[in-house]
Amino acid sequence: MKPIAEILKEIRPEFDFTASNDFMADGMLDSFDMVTLVSTLDKTFGISIPGTDIVPENFQNIGAIEALLRKCGVQL
Amino acid sequence: MRGSVVKFTFRRKRISGMLAVVPARERTFLEEMSNFNFPESRSLKLKEVMGYDRRRLVEPGVCVSDLAVFGLRHLFEGGWLQPDEIDGLFLITQTPDYLMPPTSNVIQGRLGLKQDAYCLDISQGCAGFVIGLIQAFSLLEQEGVRKVVLINADVLSRKTSPKDRNIYPLVGDAAAITVIERDAADSVIHASVKMDGTRSEVLMIPAGGLRLPSSPETAVLEDVGDKNLRAKDHLFMDGSAVFNFVQTEVPPLIEDTLKNANVAVDAVDYFLCHQPNRFMLQKLADKMKVPHARMPNNVVERFGNSSGATIPIAVIINLAEQVKGAGCLACLAGFGVGMTWSSMLMRLGGLSFCELVDYA
Repeated sequence: MKPIAEILKEIRPEFDFTASNDFMADGMLDSFDMVTLVSTLDKTFGISIPGTDIVPENFQNIGAIEALLRKCGVQL
Repeated sequence: MRGSVVKFTFRRKRISGMLAVVPARERTFLEEMSNFNFPESRSLKLKEVMGYDRRRLVEPGVCVSDLAVFGLRHLFEGGWLQPDEIDGLFLITQTPDYLMPPTSNVIQGRLGLKQDAYCLDISQGCAGFVIGLIQAFSLLEQEGVRKVVLINADVLSRKTSPKDRNIYPLVGDAAAITVIERDAADSVIHASVKMDGTRSEVLMIPAGGLRLPSSPETAVLEDVGDKNLRAKDHLFMDGSAVFNFVQTEVPPLIEDTLKNANVAVDAVDYFLCHQPNRFMLQKLADKMKVPHARMPNNVVERFGNSSGATIPIAVIINLAEQVKGAGCLACLAGFGVGMTWSSMLMRLGGLSFCELVDYA
């Protein structure tokens, strides 16, 4: 299974996502990157992340994204 | 403040025809991508997810009344509608020709419509197709009113910044003309509407009204902190807030309309929603457990988001033959500026015309 950090790197190759705890505050992801990320995660894990869960708090760092995926039934 | 939903029920009313007028001028996302202050690779990923591809834009100087008059003349010349048959004309727009007079009166005057045609501008946008139908059905309750024309038209490309990737690639211009009349069959139409003015600044054009008149200062492009440049004269959208609004508010409203009609989700043939972008509609369909094929999302990729005209365009490009024939049970849903959200359950069928024409 592709690590989350690698998926993030494909969207914004210029950043090291393992070095940040707040992607939005650190300017590494904006709301449109978040949309791209959700679409990639949906395809990669065969899920549909609910629209109401597409909020910055769920994409703040790798831990938050993993928690969201678990909530959607993905076993990490 | 949250309260109960305003519910509407109408009997013996129907849509008898739909025409969309789109500018002949087409632009593609790939042609415009270099305008934006983002790496091409990121823009291309967004293109794929959102469904950005081609859109139709008016030439400089073209106004809403130009598209509307063109479309109505097309209907007169085709014999689908006679000028004297029009008892009411509602124009739903966010981009009127003037602050005053009403653009609906301008259209009436340019076409020489009868003086007792009841013309009215309504300031609504993406929720405006359902809002306009509610107005038309209400007017048809009057004994002397036989035929009402609803025009949903906007030329919002004229109010967007070419340097704003949040807005510019998704906006298209169009006019949709819908003819509404009485139904000989005992049809029933259910609708629900909600509005929340506390969120009115989520989607707005800050300058150009009387609160902040347009001036050389309001025309200056500003870096708004997200690598997009826009002026106060331009359309602003808080994309995250709009997305959340749609995902949170629209499904319960649709459920309420269906409950009111005692119709299950599975019994609805098509969910014909306003068309902001493909991603938002796919998420909406998933949330409502509706297969994507029953909620078309292909308007933005071909024509752009043309505000209140997108639902008629979705019908015309996906279901024209069906609605000219036996028809289908459709749930319409609009959502946008205001904030306003609206839904309606009705049968679409037996239309005498359902087509799209180019304005050149």
